[in-house]
Amino acid sequence: MARKRLLLQAGALTGTLALALTGCGGGSESSSSTASGSSSSGNAAPSGDIRNPSTTKGGELKLAATSDFDSLDPARTYYGYGFEFNQRFLTRTLVQFQAKPGQAGTELAPDLATEVPMGTENNTVWTYKLKPGLKFEDGSPITSKDIKYGVERVFASDQITGGPDYVKCLLTVCDKDGASPYQGPYKDKAGLDAISTPDDMTISFKLVKPFADWNYIMNLPGTGPVPEAQDKGANYQSKPVSSGPYKIVTYTPGKSLMLDRNPNYDQSTDPVRLALPDTVNVQIGAQPADIDQQILDNQVDYAIEDVGVQSATQARLLNRDGSIQDAFKNRVSTQNTGYLRYLTLQTNVPPLDNVHCRRAVQFAVNKVDLQNARGGPITGDDIADNSFPPSLAGAPQNAAARYPNGADHKGDIEAAKRELAECGQPNGFKTVQASSNTPKSKAVAAATQQALERVGITVEVKSFDAAQYYASVIGSPSNVKAKGFGIADAGWGPDFPTGYGFYSQIVDGRKIKPAGNSNYSSLDDPKINQLIDESLEATSREAFNMKYQELDKQLMENATMVPFVFDRSLAAVSERLKNVYFNQGYGHFDLATMGVQ
Amino acid sequence: MIRFLIRRLVGAAVVLWVVSILTFCVFFVVPNDPASQYAGRSPTPAVLEATREKLGLNESVVLQYWHFVKAIFAGRDFAAGVDVDHCPAPCLGFSFRTNQPVLKIIESALPVTLHMAIGAAILWLLFGVSIGVLSALRRGSFFDRLAMSTALAGVSLPVYFTGLLGLQLLVYQWGVLPRPVYVSFFSNPYKSVVGLLLPSAVLAFLYAALYARLTRANMLETMQEDYIRTARAKGLPERTVIVRHGLRAALTPIVTVFGLDLGGLLGGAVLTEKVFNFQGLGFKAIDGIFQQDLPVVLGVTLVAAAFIVFANIFVDILYAVVDPRVRLG
Repeated sequence: MARKRLLLQAGALTGTLALALTGCGGGSESSSSTASGSSSSGNAAPSGDIRNPSTTKGGELKLAATSDFDSLDPARTYYGYGFEFNQRFLTRTLVQFQAKPGQAGTELAPDLATEVPMGTENNTVWTYKLKPGLKFEDGSPITSKDIKYGVERVFASDQITGGPDYVKCLLTVCDKDGASPYQGPYKDKAGLDAISTPDDMTISFKLVKPFADWNYIMNLPGTGPVPEAQDKGANYQSKPVSSGPYKIVTYTPGKSLMLDRNPNYDQSTDPVRLALPDTVNVQIGAQPADIDQQILDNQVDYAIEDVGVQSATQARLLNRDGSIQDAFKNRVSTQNTGYLRYLTLQTNVPPLDNVHCRRAVQFAVNKVDLQNARGGPITGDDIADNSFPPSLAGAPQNAAARYPNGADHKGDIEAAKRELAECGQPNGFKTVQASSNTPKSKAVAAATQQALERVGITVEVKSFDAAQYYASVIGSPSNVKAKGFGIADAGWGPDFPTGYGFYSQIVDGRKIKPAGNSNYSSLDDPKINQLIDESLEATSREAFNMKYQELDKQLMENATMVPFVFDRSLAAVSERLKNVYFNQGYGHFDLATMGVQ
Repeated sequence: MIRFLIRRLVGAAVVLWVVSILTFCVFFVVPNDPASQYAGRSPTPAVLEATREKLGLNESVVLQYWHFVKAIFAGRDFAAGVDVDHCPAPCLGFSFRTNQPVLKIIESALPVTLHMAIGAAILWLLFGVSIGVLSALRRGSFFDRLAMSTALAGVSLPVYFTGLLGLQLLVYQWGVLPRPVYVSFFSNPYKSVVGLLLPSAVLAFLYAALYARLTRANMLETMQEDYIRTARAKGLPERTVIVRHGLRAALTPIVTVFGLDLGGLLGGAVLTEKVFNFQGLGFKAIDGIFQQDLPVVLGVTLVAAAFIVFANIFVDILYAVVDPRVRLG
């Protein structure tokens, strides 16, 4: 898995689910609800083809996770499920993802703001008006100054680490290392000039460069309001102050998290969240197989990491032909998660510093074996010929593969040998592949090793602990070079569902970092960097998307990335879980509308 | 006796000191920068440096170790967000990951390990020793062969196999036992025993097998001794001969092994705790290692080592009780 954000495999109830939302406060879609029970007042209500539709409040939503949240501080979480959990339950932001299934879930709806604004002055000025009556869990009003303070905290890299920090170089001019001159509110009490709050209900952001995706940045939980008086810096994570529908009752790191209703949350101000359960209980640290079993036994409703069921459980849910067994049809589904799996080919490790050697690898890999290594067509679907996830807006339709490795995707040996000859290594070469110690990563390494051996490329596999793999093994360019890791197994999902949200961290040569680096191949192509810059000045969404289609082509020309599958997962939920649908914005089932009654 | 205790306690302190140094060294020998784990994604060099400073990793290893030792005896102040937290002695520091005091983490994990280990110890002593004695007395019988074959399986099968198999069959498939869950014996004895039954039994299966084989071998040897024949010749009842003369002598090495095994288990039954998701000391240690959480790794290692060291001392004392020939001094 690549970045910390675990936008991993998630199942969905594709085709059977079509959630339509209705109600006051902004819901605009027609309702054909068949749900019974008392309706949640003044809010959207799920209806239509949604699985187990309901608007009945009450009960305890039981969730589980194999590992703890990276942080409960909204500015310090980067896990995909951390984003969603925090935003849907605890932290309201200016805008939020729509509570709609599939692609519609990537669209934004207002949250604290009255509307989703358009940028002005060439997308450098973004102004939001707040709704009246917004309150924190302690009853104090949420003002524009609390949001400004929340955004300023992200700059305090001595205290606030771990979360996305896009705002730093969009609101201030960063140096070549990406460091901002503003040190955050703990050291610089004067605050950030780029954010103005002319009154308690208005906040305006003045960007240092055009940025069309700014609303998506304002959808990140780290831009939510934080009351300065209750901020404890790095320790704020122990008890963040809620602005959402629930508040933290108890949190035992590594064990459990209990939420109860926030009495000062006014649902009439929220067009998206239903907040149906009375309480939310998260069981933390259980084994994956145990969680699967608890879901099948209806003791747990949903595994928030959404990594899909384990292989042993998969065998219990599927027929021999791979179809879902009748008994589980209403509880199990599979859907593409927007996550790309790929091999990185290093630009600074010989002989892969030669583009022809990298192209030889592109032609020689067996993508069917790689797909099987990821779990086969059910959980490792679909074979990828390019890097642009089809779940993102603007993904190219039927793009021709730059490296067609055979009609059966099992490799084009002749083409690979031609490239090897051009590279000056006609008999192949030796290289090292880094992989994490997860079963799937090991299987990917073995499949790569086997496929490349066919053209004389000998791969030595070195396996590392998954917890450190991305941060300090392949995320450290000096380590990669010193150890000679020519190939590495990686995965990536978008921070937000646009081309910029997907590509900017993994291919922008100006973002190569000494540690925790996400540009794993250390690619620094001026043309790609320029395409990213140009996209930000695009005047239309179409033009913006075109830049990333172009970037995808250029990336394939460089041959530093061997995309092999777009992730798919098989996920199960409890029988009693209501309003179940997959939100493509998060790459998870949507917590905003889940209920248990 | 007092001199013996003082000598052993000083020795124990030295052992623990060496363990702490070794753990510290091992942590820093591994070529990874823990700061990169806690500095967030794509940190700038300045952020990395700030993280090292926050975690105290910017100091030399010797200085870091000195601060660690000093905190145990004198306490220490730690930066906690924008505030400063005082950690009173005996202070084992704060977790890099959760910012909780390590002592608090150990306090919450220790009862879990204690419950599981004690439950397992009761089971393996009860079954292991009884089966060993019966096998020795019925040497070559069907019972003996069956018992020793089962014991061989117990010794050979790893805990992660028997644990998962037990979970799958007894809990998930047949529903004979409830899902294992830790409940304190003092809050609900019944739920505690039921919740711990499977993990303790899995652990006991391994150890009972060892103890059955050990007891059998010792009993067979002891029952051949001259004094056993003498006891029988004197007309003592067979039960007295077996229990008072045979078993007592055969138990001496069992006591030694038991003390060490229990001490080791109290330091954390890593595999069993992981399989059953019991967040005991072993579970915390493994998590600490994977997350490069030095204070947690150090704290748990020291506590685990202390259990083993003190179990050794306890065994030595117990030796004198079981075997009158042994005198401490």
